[in-house]
Amino acid sequence: MAALEIIFTASLWAAALRIASPLIFATLGELICERAGVLNLGIEGIMTVGAFTGWFTVYMGGDLWVGVAVAAASGAAFGLLHALLVVPLGLSQHVTGIGITLLATSLTSYVYRVSLPEVTSPPKIEPFQPLAIPGLSEIPFLGQALFNQTPLTYLAFISVALVAYILYRTPVGLAVRMVGENPAAVEAQGIDVTLLRIGAVMVGSAFMALGGAFLTMSAFNSFYFDMVNGRSWIAIALVVFGSWRPGKALLGAILFAAFDAYQLRLQQIVAGIPYQFFLMLPYILSILALVTMARRAGYPRALMIPYRKGER
Amino acid sequence: MSDVMDGQPGDVVLRLAGISKSFGSLKANDGISFELKRGEVLALLGENGAGKTTLMNILFGHYVADAGEIIAFGRALPPGSPRAALEAGIGMVHQHFTLADNLSVLDNIVLGTESLWSWRSQGGAARQRVAQLAADFGLGVNPDARIADLSVGERQRVEILKALYRNARILILDEPTAVLTPQESEGLFATLEKLVARGLAIIFISHKLHEVLAVSERVLVLRQGRLVGGRETKGATRQDLAELMVGRPIPLPKVEPQAAGTELVRLAQVTIAGSHGRNELQSVDLSLREGEILGIAGVSGNGQATLADLLSGLAAASAGTVTLLGDTIGEADAAAMVRRGVGRIPEDRHAVGLIGDMSITENMIAERYREQPFSRHHLIDWQAARNFSQGIIAGFDVRCPGPHATARLLSGGNMQKLILGREMAGNPKLILAAQPTRGLDIGAVGYVHEQLLAARKRGAGILLISEDLDELLTLSDRIAVIYRGQLSAPMIRADFSVQQIGLMMAGHGFAQHEAGHAA
Repeated sequence: MAALEIIFTASLWAAALRIASPLIFATLGELICERAGVLNLGIEGIMTVGAFTGWFTVYMGGDLWVGVAVAAASGAAFGLLHALLVVPLGLSQHVTGIGITLLATSLTSYVYRVSLPEVTSPPKIEPFQPLAIPGLSEIPFLGQALFNQTPLTYLAFISVALVAYILYRTPVGLAVRMVGENPAAVEAQGIDVTLLRIGAVMVGSAFMALGGAFLTMSAFNSFYFDMVNGRSWIAIALVVFGSWRPGKALLGAILFAAFDAYQLRLQQIVAGIPYQFFLMLPYILSILALVTMARRAGYPRALMIPYRKGER
Repeated sequence: MSDVMDGQPGDVVLRLAGISKSFGSLKANDGISFELKRGEVLALLGENGAGKTTLMNILFGHYVADAGEIIAFGRALPPGSPRAALEAGIGMVHQHFTLADNLSVLDNIVLGTESLWSWRSQGGAARQRVAQLAADFGLGVNPDARIADLSVGERQRVEILKALYRNARILILDEPTAVLTPQESEGLFATLEKLVARGLAIIFISHKLHEVLAVSERVLVLRQGRLVGGRETKGATRQDLAELMVGRPIPLPKVEPQAAGTELVRLAQVTIAGSHGRNELQSVDLSLREGEILGIAGVSGNGQATLADLLSGLAAASAGTVTLLGDTIGEADAAAMVRRGVGRIPEDRHAVGLIGDMSITENMIAERYREQPFSRHHLIDWQAARNFSQGIIAGFDVRCPGPHATARLLSGGNMQKLILGREMAGNPKLILAAQPTRGLDIGAVGYVHEQLLAARKRGAGILLISEDLDELLTLSDRIAVIYRGQLSAPMIRADFSVQQIGLMMAGHGFAQHEAGHAA
């Protein structure tokens, strides 16, 4: 019964939110791109870039928040590259995205090696520390689970609300949703489809980079190769799971992270089963969840279809 | 709408001067000049491919002209900018609607009318304004409905509302009735009258002569990219306009009486269940014999598509029996229907009839690629396939660069000729023609009718599903009316009455009992 008791520990849920944070940023970023009709498979590379540039800025003496800003900006830069290739030039979004991932990942290791030629063990920085919210963190159970996190976790949750508000309540959000549904409709209303999509991909990519930066500046304190470790692919699945809605995607990210946190704890108390089985658990569950949810998902109609002006 | 009231009737609001545009070697527009006056409906008439849509796309800024200029309200319009066109007061109702299906009517209308960088969308004020415009011009539509849930007619109203919401003073309608039912077209014409009374100027693009005669004051005719004539509509006849448009006299189809042969198809009490608990077809009885054309009249969405699916092998009856050439048909099997000798001209030639991104040859053998002579030792004999499609191209006068051309790039009329050619090549005993002339120009319509009549003469039975009453009255030996999935008893040619059929299309004489059908 120890296995069930874990579920009711605050530490499990505190860990779940921590594990969810990079997923939330990344999912939000992919969601914005896809809502505008652009699949961004550069996400894995862009997260790696964010993880590196954020961490490196701090390592070179920058403030933590400056690091966050640099990570977002470098993510946006790779987003711009992806967008230029797939929006005005109309190249295949799959192939370009994979290319961006390969380029960004290898460029990161190159810059790392060139900048830090002497280093053998990864250098450390002083990362973000947990910030107890006065008052709220005193609440039994909930306080420890929710309100004793690092600032970037709070930022992730605020971002979900902000993106949801912008998408559903503001003119620019309407334009982004519409351009993912039918770019011709946006064009006919006098809005530049190309600029709108490029902008959305840049903003989305900045969020992806924040997901990477969370890893080096909040979850850990140094940069390793392969540290993104497929989280971005989970984010892509979470976008589908959330039917392209920020709120539902957030729920999916927390659910996945909770399973992940749970299996880590389960490993310690269940003997006789290879730990790899536990590692598989969250992925199997997310496949099951996708199968049930994705059937009803209303995907953006113009997703992955390049728009060429005047073409029928 | 106060700005609409400015100016005098007869003021020139729009002037096109020497507009030319080429796509490769094709001159789509060649030195076109004309003026549009305040408060008039100018019809732009021309066959498919005459350059009407290209011209309007230049006017609206989708394309940039190679030469020429556009002057709206005395000011030159910068080329290639829909935004500039909108700001100059030009609104366009596209033939293929530019609406986002998953979003609401209101969302579609307000997009782009406010600064993108605002923290709030205009909610109530916009809703009120849309409601006011809708009431003023007879464009009733629920502002919160999702576009996907609207009928085609309602979607068009949204397109018009979009333009009016932006205070359009010049409204361009590109083939606005191509997708409308006769009733919806009447509603549209009433709206246009109100708009003109308010001082708007309207360009009405069409190839339907009776509509041009009904709504326009002046007509310009385009042929092969050039303006070949123009005249006051008053006093013009259909024949005048048709000859101007096509450049040669148009013969009317002749239906010679002939006796029908043995029975090909019998539907007995066929019901097809639909989603949401309503029946797509309800206890339908139908009989079609050799050498006759049975017309099915009705407002679209009353079960015609399901009836066509049933006989195409895309849907199966949930109750009742379907007999085709003496065999009872059970499960839906499209390939088996082809083998049994059913030729299918589907309603949507873009989505169902042809595969747009594949070549003509590939499309022509799509139904029979597994058979001789196209398949030899499980490999496709491309030489045979090419010869076959070459034969169709020549035999059916398809205008295209060759059998390798991509189907999507052909005009609607040429696509339909290809489909006709493919189906007729199989020498079908039963021909299912669903809206076979929708959106086609006069020349192509005449050609399709000719082919259907030739097949009838040969002894084929033809089920002609159409919303075009003229077409049904001209071609059919018998006409039945479909309404909410029920099919009336057919009336024979001698008893045809437009009034009677019109009333039945609106539901008179049908049982109203079955549940679940929303009006």
